[in-house]
Amino acid sequence: MLTAAGLAIMLAKILVVFGAMMLAVAYMTWLERKIIGDMQMRLGPMRVGPHGLLQPIADGIKLFFKEDIIPTNADRVLYVLAPTFSMVPALIAFAVVPFGDEVRLFGQVVPLRITDINVGILYVLAVASMGVYGIVLAGWSSNNKYSLLGALRSSAQMISYELSMGLSIIPVIMLASSLSLVDIVNAQARVWFLVPALPSFLVFFICAVAETNRAPFDLPEAETELVAGFHTEYSSMKFAMFFMAEYANMITASAIATTLFLGGWRGPLLPPVVWFLLKVFAVLFVFIWLRATLPRFRYDQLMRFGWKVLLPVALGAIALTAVGLVLLG
Amino acid sequence: MELSLFLVFGLVAVVSAVVVVVQRNPIYSALALIGTLFCVAGLFVLLRAEFVAAIQVIVYAGAIMVLFLFVIMLLDLRREEGRRFAPGRAQLVCGVAGAGVLLLLLVVLAGNATIAPARGSLTPETLSRLGNTQVIGALLFTDYLFPFEVTSVVLLVAIVGAIVLARRERG
Repeated sequence: MLTAAGLAIMLAKILVVFGAMMLAVAYMTWLERKIIGDMQMRLGPMRVGPHGLLQPIADGIKLFFKEDIIPTNADRVLYVLAPTFSMVPALIAFAVVPFGDEVRLFGQVVPLRITDINVGILYVLAVASMGVYGIVLAGWSSNNKYSLLGALRSSAQMISYELSMGLSIIPVIMLASSLSLVDIVNAQARVWFLVPALPSFLVFFICAVAETNRAPFDLPEAETELVAGFHTEYSSMKFAMFFMAEYANMITASAIATTLFLGGWRGPLLPPVVWFLLKVFAVLFVFIWLRATLPRFRYDQLMRFGWKVLLPVALGAIALTAVGLVLLG
Repeated sequence: MELSLFLVFGLVAVVSAVVVVVQRNPIYSALALIGTLFCVAGLFVLLRAEFVAAIQVIVYAGAIMVLFLFVIMLLDLRREEGRRFAPGRAQLVCGVAGAGVLLLLLVVLAGNATIAPARGSLTPETLSRLGNTQVIGALLFTDYLFPFEVTSVVLLVAIVGAIVLARRERG
């Protein structure tokens, strides 16, 4: 049962993870602009602070002071709630991600994770499947045709890619023979699952990009055809919350990819937490790299790719893993 | 702790189930249904059935309800909101009959059934030792293999049927 000290440690961990997450979200925006700037032979933000380091703070203050608009014909309740619906799942999915081994702190053994539940990976999938409601309800409650179209696209896209994502995780579960993320990391002590499950990793990563609505799968907010998609009518902090949710989702997806395929916090020499952060950053870099490199999919291409390429590959990888496990014991 | 959680989940589940029926706006109905499904998942967790709880959220609260919302939004049912619902004579008779049967069942059940059924071999202790996912997996692939496989065939038939119906409309 929970003791007072245990409860205090738990709360402290939640606060630290939450704070780190918020900070990471803010600085991801800076990093993204910097990296894309570099890739396009520009400097990116340079004005606020050295190398634009204070830019996220300036952006935050700006967004706070913008006028908060609610359209007259919007469904007020859902319009106000929708940003929260998309923000909360993005944050709570991180609760089961182990970001380090156990450490001794003030005479207590503190495992570096918020919690370990025996169906951890299913919890992540369940929470991720909740994220779509924020977008769908935002699009519908705005009472705007561009918003609605963006929301419909987003739900179709997320349902299609969720399936392949779930299937791409199965080889990992077979290799680790557990659904708990802690056990999955421990099972990768000898070799990262990236090696035996490379096709699944590729499917998982592509699906993660699609699930977070990032380029080249950013059809729900395709500005060339839908103004801004589901968040067309949103301004001020409500818009900022969608923005933060997208980045928080990216960070969580990278952390899950790290945990499932890249050995989690495991690595030589450096402390586990550093390894974890390095790996997450490497995955995040690929997210940004993709955005700077690839043009947007067309809607039919997106659907065909999801159902006719990713799904068969994910299923084939499961069959191969099963055969491999039987042959090699 | 467990009792209070059960009361909260149960109460919210029942209240949102009522809202599903009473609410005029179909979007709010669908959202209330999500609330009900969520609370049922919470009840599964209290029963140490974490796997079923997670699947409940992924499949029902996640995928199926998103499709519901999708369809409701495409149909734009907002016009329905203003319409008064006037039940006809047949509907009234059926409704009263249905409510009567339900009441009868409840009275019979409350009269001669114990709420907690007999204790089986799967106690919380054995579940935490074996892992509830493993127990469900073993059962599905041994005792319940036939119904499990038949269900997948039924679902396949439904999918094929949907495609056939959609095709005919176009041609």
